[in-house]
Amino acid sequence: MALLTASRPHRGSRLGRTVSLSVAGVYFLVPLLCALAFTVGIGDARQTPSLGAYAAIFTTDGLAQSLGLSLVLAGATIVLVFGLLLPALLTVRLAAPRAKAVVAVVCMLPLVVPAVALGAGITTVLRWATDWLYDSPGFPLLAALQEPGFPVILVLAYTLMALPLAYTTLEAGLNAIDVKVLVEAARSCRASWFRTLFLVVLPNLREALLNTAFLTIALVIGEYAVSALLGFQPFAVWTVAISGSHAQLSVAVSLAGLIGTWLILLAVAKSGRSKAPKEKP
Amino acid sequence: MTASTLAPRPVSAGTAGATLEFRGLRRSFGATTALDGLDLSLEPGELLALLGPSGCGKTTALRMVAGFETPDAGHVLLDGADVTATPAHRRDVGMVFQSYSLFPHLSAADNVAFGMRMRGVPAARRRDRAQELLELVGLPTHGGRYPRQLSGGQQQRVALARALALEPRVLLLDEPLSALDAKVRQSLREEIRRLQLELGITTLFVTHDQEEALSMADRVAVMRDGRLEQCATPEELYNSPATPFVAGFVGTMNRLPGTLGADGARVEVLGTGRPVHGSLPGGRRTGAVDVLIRPEALSVGADPNGTALLVASSFLGATTRLTIRLDGGRTVLADVPSAGASTLPLGARVRLGLPERPVLIDQARNEETSA
Ligand SMILES: Nc1ncnc2c1ncn2[C@@H]1O[C@H](COP(=O)(O)OP(=O)(O)OP(=O)(O)O)[C@@H](O)[C@H]1O
Ligand SMILES: [Mg+2]
Repeated sequence: MALLTASRPHRGSRLGRTVSLSVAGVYFLVPLLCALAFTVGIGDARQTPSLGAYAAIFTTDGLAQSLGLSLVLAGATIVLVFGLLLPALLTVRLAAPRAKAVVAVVCMLPLVVPAVALGAGITTVLRWATDWLYDSPGFPLLAALQEPGFPVILVLAYTLMALPLAYTTLEAGLNAIDVKVLVEAARSCRASWFRTLFLVVLPNLREALLNTAFLTIALVIGEYAVSALLGFQPFAVWTVAISGSHAQLSVAVSLAGLIGTWLILLAVAKSGRSKAPKEKP
Repeated sequence: MTASTLAPRPVSAGTAGATLEFRGLRRSFGATTALDGLDLSLEPGELLALLGPSGCGKTTALRMVAGFETPDAGHVLLDGADVTATPAHRRDVGMVFQSYSLFPHLSAADNVAFGMRMRGVPAARRRDRAQELLELVGLPTHGGRYPRQLSGGQQQRVALARALALEPRVLLLDEPLSALDAKVRQSLREEIRRLQLELGITTLFVTHDQEEALSMADRVAVMRDGRLEQCATPEELYNSPATPFVAGFVGTMNRLPGTLGADGARVEVLGTGRPVHGSLPGGRRTGAVDVLIRPEALSVGADPNGTALLVASSFLGATTRLTIRLDGGRTVLADVPSAGASTLPLGARVRLGLPERPVLIDQARNEETSA
């Protein structure tokens, strides 16, 4: 249809776009469709197709627990990332512009450390610390770091891993507004520092904050290497763990997770837009 | 009240304004000295323009009143009280910024009401007052719009309304018109002045546009390298600048070659003697100097034996600007009534005349062009 209505000079580019979109679509959709077929038992002569794997998601042991752990960890990671980055980035803009390069390097550094190396490094440090701190007052603290119900050590690792993404999205958000002028305008309107931050700066960073939060959730839910190496069982580790005994269930959970993620993404994009003022002619 | 430099002010000041005083303000940024001992005072209800070239410290001085910058030494006094250490949000000053500074996530009305919200004014009262202020700045129907739906001029009007919302003791304007095009700038300039007079609010207006300063202000303070060069009414500044810098910065100034007499009190220029006004910077007593004369002060007459040549003329309406080359090689400008100018053909030899007044002199600058 689009091809038929396209005006002549555009036909070539329209065609090119259609082809490239189709190729990309096939590239993304074929594996997903195969996964879907696998989970419902299509193409397997020994099975009658059913949604059993999806129904089992709600009854299998450990899912709620592992997903819950991942979400709690994601929440804590988001809090820590914002708690570290927002003050640092705002200070750079308002008071110490010369520190900008240092902050950028520190935030981007985790990109060059592979997750496996990070996991191995943390394991080594923990073992070493256990030897050193055994029988000392520091030991309970070390144990608390690795408490399986809420492993703080994972929050620290995830924060490190989320830093480059969070830095990039927040910087983009800050670049879109003139923080210094907005802060000064708010201050000259009698706003205290606290109100300046919460009533002026953060509302104008709304989209960047949402994007950062969403990316962090996605990263934490999908993270496998570090959690597995440290011996915890959040969502991704659990999914892999059950794939031996419940292969269909494992893939079904991943698919459901993917769709859930997309839905969150859409919701974030929509809420970011709905608050923006509508253009008047 | 503090004693201040008294200059005649033709306008009737309101009673709402406060006095504002700078005492010996100093501020350095690394090796740059932004303010080098600035002393200045504003009377209640006065509009004072802070004028000077880029980088002379105007913004720094203004930001010290707002509380965004702390002086290394010196004090800022508001109504006689030292506010140097008072945090910005307790200073009771309103500010309009050079760049667009409205809160992008709030409508125009909410922007105007923001300060009242900080003060805990009830919502209904806020809304009424914001509407009142928007009417005051000529935007009665724009309250619902967001900043990005407003033109630059409209945004600055809203910013002005926001700055006035809390009836501040002092209004600070940092080149609020510089991002606007000439026509909007002109009308907003007049409007700011009208509002300022109506409200009688003490106003400090920073600009590097001399026309803006001269046309709006009760007094103009000319700054140079972090110091006050001269503070006077626009007329005084134009007609009797205190220093060669002020003379050159405000309006157009010719530099005629002259010879300073041995007593340093009289100067020989264009074949006649004139008393010297002020002293020669640098302290040299005799010899070659430059005499500073406004183009409209020069008179031009045709004279076959004259020592100058008319090389160009451009019609400006009531006056015509003549470009004249002196025999020494220097070029000077003269603004003469158009009626008389039409009798002078290009290439004519002319004679220049000077008014019978003391003249300002400066060190001789070698700007002869190799004709
Ligand atoms: N935060 C700062 N850090 C370093 N140097 C600064 C800072 N603020 C001002 N300066 C320097 O101080 C001097 C005075 O600056 P200021 O902004 O007051 O000038 P200005 O008169 O407002 O100039 P303009 O007309 O260009 O706005 C300049 O040399 C400037 O580079
Ligand atoms: Mg400035």
